[in-house]
Amino acid sequence: MPASPKTTSSIKGPNARPFYAKHNAEQLKEALRRMWLIRRFEEMAEDSYVRGLTHGTMHLSIGQEATAIGVCMDLTDKDYITSTHRGHGHCIGKGAEVRYMFAEFFGKEEGYCRGRGGSMHIADPATGNLGANGIVGGGLPLATGAALAIKQRKTKDVAVCFFGDGANNEGAFHESLNIAGVWKLPVIYVCENNQYGMSVSTARSTAVKDVATRAAGYDMPGVVVDGNSIADVNEAMMAAMERARKGQGPTLIECKTYRTKGHSRSDRNRYRSKDEIEDWKQRDPIPAFEYDLQAHGVMTAAEAKAIRAGVEKEIEEAFAFAQAGTNPTPDSLLRDIYTAGSAA
Amino acid sequence: MSVRELSFAQAIQEALAQAMEVDPRVFLMGEDIGVYGGAFQVTGDLVHRFGEDRVMDTPISELGGAGVAVGAAIAGSRPVYEFQFSDFSTLAMEQIVNQAAKMRYMLGGKVSVPIVFRMPCGSGTGAAAQHSQSLEAWFGHVPGLKVVEPSTPEDAKGLILAAIDDPDPVLVFEHKLLYKIKGNVPEIMYRTPIGKAVVRRNGKDATVVASAIMVHKALEAAEALAKEGIDIEVIDLRSIRPIDGATIIESVKKTTRLACIYEGVKTLGIGAEISAMIAESEAFDYLDAPIMRLGGAETPIPYSPILEKVAVPQVDGITDALRNLVKGGF
Repeated sequence: MPASPKTTSSIKGPNARPFYAKHNAEQLKEALRRMWLIRRFEEMAEDSYVRGLTHGTMHLSIGQEATAIGVCMDLTDKDYITSTHRGHGHCIGKGAEVRYMFAEFFGKEEGYCRGRGGSMHIADPATGNLGANGIVGGGLPLATGAALAIKQRKTKDVAVCFFGDGANNEGAFHESLNIAGVWKLPVIYVCENNQYGMSVSTARSTAVKDVATRAAGYDMPGVVVDGNSIADVNEAMMAAMERARKGQGPTLIECKTYRTKGHSRSDRNRYRSKDEIEDWKQRDPIPAFEYDLQAHGVMTAAEAKAIRAGVEKEIEEAFAFAQAGTNPTPDSLLRDIYTAGSAA
Repeated sequence: MSVRELSFAQAIQEALAQAMEVDPRVFLMGEDIGVYGGAFQVTGDLVHRFGEDRVMDTPISELGGAGVAVGAAIAGSRPVYEFQFSDFSTLAMEQIVNQAAKMRYMLGGKVSVPIVFRMPCGSGTGAAAQHSQSLEAWFGHVPGLKVVEPSTPEDAKGLILAAIDDPDPVLVFEHKLLYKIKGNVPEIMYRTPIGKAVVRRNGKDATVVASAIMVHKALEAAEALAKEGIDIEVIDLRSIRPIDGATIIESVKKTTRLACIYEGVKTLGIGAEISAMIAESEAFDYLDAPIMRLGGAETPIPYSPILEKVAVPQVDGITDALRNLVKGGF
C-alpha cells in the first residue's frame, strides 16, 4: 500500500535510494514545485469552472501528482510523451507553461491549441508533448509509433505513454504492447491506476489484480509501484529508460494511485465511499515529498514556503494572462484542418 | 521522357520505390507486405531492395498497426500503411478518424500527420461482403482526411507520390480489379494533383462523373453510345476529398445533363454529394433532365457471381441509363 506521508526514505550514505543519489537539491525542489504547480493549477481550473468563467469539462488528477512528475522529471525535450484526458499533470511535468494552459481553458488564441482543443487536447510538440487525448487508449498506438520513429532515427530518446487503468481493457493497449514487444521499441507504458475507469473499479473491470501482470504477455517487464511516492515512480522510470536506451525494448510500469476528485464535473461519487476518499487524502503525495525533503535537510521549511508562494504567484499571473487573451475570430473556424499550402 | 507500359500495381510499386529512394523517412507498413509481397503483389519484391526495416510486416493488428503508423508520422517519419483490404480499416477507425484526421486541428496547427493509407477496395473478386466494400464516401465525410481514387496506372503512381508528399493524411483507394490493367506510365517522379478531376472523354450530350473502375465502364458505355450518335463526356473524379467542383460544374453547363456513377452504396454516397453540388450551383439552371445516380445496390456484396454482378453498375446498365438520360428529359 502507498506510503504514509510521514515515512521518510534514506537519502544519504550507502543505503541511499537512487532517486536521492541521482538528483541534486535543485532538481528535487523543482520536482516538488511542479507537483504544487499541478495541484494549484487544477484547483484554480476547477474554481474558474465553478464560477462560470470557463466552459466544457475537465478531468482533475489531484492526488496523482507524484506519478506525473516522477515519470517526467528526467525526460528531455526530445523524449516524447502521450497523455490522457486526465493530463494536466503530464503537461506540467513535461515543461508546459501554465499561462498557455489556462489560455487554452479560456479558448484563447494564446492557448497551447489556440483554443481549438481545450483541457483534453493540450499539447506542446516543441517539447515532445504529443498531446492529451480524448479517447481512452488513443495515445497507446501513437506513443508506440513515436518510439518507432525514434528507432528509425537511431537516437537514444524514449517515448512515454501515460494511460489509465480504464485503457488497459481497450484493444489498443494490447495491440500496442504486442507491437512494441515484437519490435523492441523504446517506449515506456505508464499506467496510472487510480482504481476507477469513471465509476467502475478495476476489480469489476479487469480480470487480473495488477495491470502490470499483462506485461508478461508481451515479453516486457511489468512493475508495480506506489504511484503516490515520487521516489518509487522515478526509480522504476530510471530502469525503464535505461532498458529502452540500450535497445532492450519496452517496459510497463503500473503506478497505484487515486484521484481524490470525481471523474469529471458530472460525478456524484456514488461508486465509492467518503471513507475511502478520506483515507487516500491522508496519503497525499505532495506533503509526503515535502516532509521527506525537509527531514533530510534538502530543503528548509522557509524554502518550502517560498516554493508554495512562488507557485501561487505563477498561478495568479497565468490566470490573469489567460483571461486577457485573444478570442478567436469566427472567420478562423476552418484554419488548420489541413496544412497551409497543401490541397484542401 | 521515358514512358513504359506498366500495370496499375506496378505503377504503385514504382511510386513507393522512388519515394523510398529519395526520402529515408518514407517506409511501408502492412500485413504480409514483405516476403509475401502483399495480398495483391503491390509491394512485391520491395523488401529485398529496401530491407525489413523499411518494408515492415506487421502483426494482424489493424488498430495497432495503423495507429503506430500515425504516431510515427506525428513524430517525423513518413509511413505508408497498407490495409490488406480497405474493409479492414473498420478495425482502425479510431486512429484514422479520431486521431490522424483531427490531430492538426485539435492541436492548433502545431503538428502535421503525413501518413498515407492504401486501401484496396471494391467488388468483383468473389470475396463476398467483408472483402469487397467501397467505403471512400465514409472517409470523405471527415474533415482532416484527403481521399483519392485513381483509375489509371499513370494516376495511381502520380497520386501515390502526391499523397506521400502531402503533409496531411491521405487515403488512396485502389480498386482491386484495376491492379492488372495496363497503361503508359512515365518513368520520372511526377505528382498527380490531389483535388483535381480530369475529363477522360469530351462530349456534348451528357456528363458522367465516375471514379475508379466506373471510369472504365463509363468510357465503354460512351463508345457504344457514340455509334448511336450520343456524345457522352466522362469526368474521372480522381479525388473524393477535396472534390473538384469547378470541373464538374463547367461540364454540366455545357452538356446540360449529369449522371454520377460509383460503386459505393448509392444512398448517401458520392453521387448524392455531386448532385447536391450541382443543385446548389449555377449549373442547375442549365439542366435539361433530372440528375441521375447509378450506385451500388443497397446490400452487402454477395458471393454468388450472378448476384455480385448485379450489386454494382455494369456497362450494359450504364449504357441504357445514359441513353435514357439523353433521350428523356423532364
